[in-house]
Parts: sequence; structure tokens; C-alpha cells
Amino acid sequence: MFFSYFKELVGKEVTVELKNDLAIRGTLHSVDQYLNIKLENTRVVDQDKYPHMQSINELLMLIKQSKTLDFPHLQLSVRNCFIRGSVVRYVLLPQDGVDIDILHDATRREARGG
Amino acid sequence: MIAEKLIVLLRDGRKLLGTLCSFDQFANVVLQGACERVIVGEQYCDVPLGLYVIRGENVVLIGELDREKDELPAHMTCVSEAEIRKAEKAEKEARDLKGTMRKRMEFLDFD
Repeated sequence: MFFSYFKELVGKEVTVELKNDLAIRGTLHSVDQYLNIKLENTRVVDQDKYPHMQSINELLMLIKQSKTLDFPHLQLSVRNCFIRGSVVRYVLLPQDGVDIDILHDATRREARGG
Repeated sequence: MIAEKLIVLLRDGRKLLGTLCSFDQFANVVLQGACERVIVGEQYCDVPLGLYVIRGENVVLIGELDREKDELPAHMTCVSEAEIRKAEKAEKEARDLKGTMRKRMEFLDFD
């Protein structure tokens, strides 16, 4: 169900946050059954934009900052990338890509087993 | 995609560069002429490794590299392997020191 949902989001701009705290924004190019994701026009999202990550203590922030410095490639020459589904923590969707009613119906259908 | 120059980010934070030979549905990847890019601050070094088979579970991200464009910002300098190892060690020591200092200060309870 989430697979077909993601398929409808193809072409939209999404932000993918990985389990290593790296957040990448890009246009969703394709998605497969494992929720592996291909993004185009990628860029690394500035960590400061995400207030929920600022609550972590100063030391972690320092580590994180050095981590973002570690990925200058991603800001420059990597325009397209493939992200393995298993390393994704979550995907931030565009507001207009979310239709709550349809999702509600789909999850209910799924729960009924039909 | 085959024969494309790639950067593969691994779960432990390492970055491998190489030419894609083969892959499968688990994101197992074979890289020809692989090298590891070690980056410390503004310095980097490509350590040659040879032919690499990477198990998919360790892969975080696979990026296509643009052959024409410069891969790195201009201010980054390429150094020898010995130099980068030295820089790596210095950085690790600095980090460890910060850790122990923090631990010693913990009784102050900053929050």
C-alpha cells in the first residue's frame, strides 16, 4: 500500500532523512517494493532547519556538523542518487501530496484484509 | 547505469568511489577500480582498493558522479595517504579529548 502511495508521489519534491541523521532533499524519481528511493537534483538539507534535531545535546551537534562537512560531494556533483530503503528513517512529503481521506480509506481496507 | 562512476556511502560513514560493474536487488554492488575517499577537514585522499564487492545491507546511498564536473569544492586539497592518516589520528585524539573533558564536567549538570 505504501508502495503504491509512493508511486503517486513520483515527480514531487521530498526530503528523505536517513538513519545516520543525513537529510537529503530531491525530486522523487522512482521507488520500488522495498521503498528504495531514487532522487534527482539532490542536495543535503541544512540541519539547522529542523528544530526537532536541535534538542540533542551540543556534543551530538558537533558530531553532526562534522558529518555534514564529510559530505561535500553530495552538495556538488551528485545530482542523482539511489537510497536503500532500509536506511531511511522517514520521508518528509510535500503538503499537497498528502490526501488524508484517501490514506484513511486505504489503511482501513488493508486492515480488513481486502 | 553500468560502467557509471559512482560514490557509495556505507553504513559506517565510509565513502567508496568506483565504476559500477554489477548490482542486484539487494543493492549488492561490484565496483571496479574502487577507492576510499578519506576526508579530514579540508583535506582528502583517495586510497586505492581495487575490485570491491559490497554487501547490500551496508549500503546507505549510491550517487552517480558527474564525470565533467569537479567532485569537490575548490578549497579542498588532495594529500598523500600518510598525511591523511596523520590528520585522521589528530582529529580522533581531539574528539576523544573533548569526550573525556565532557565526562569530567558532567557533575556540573549543564541542563
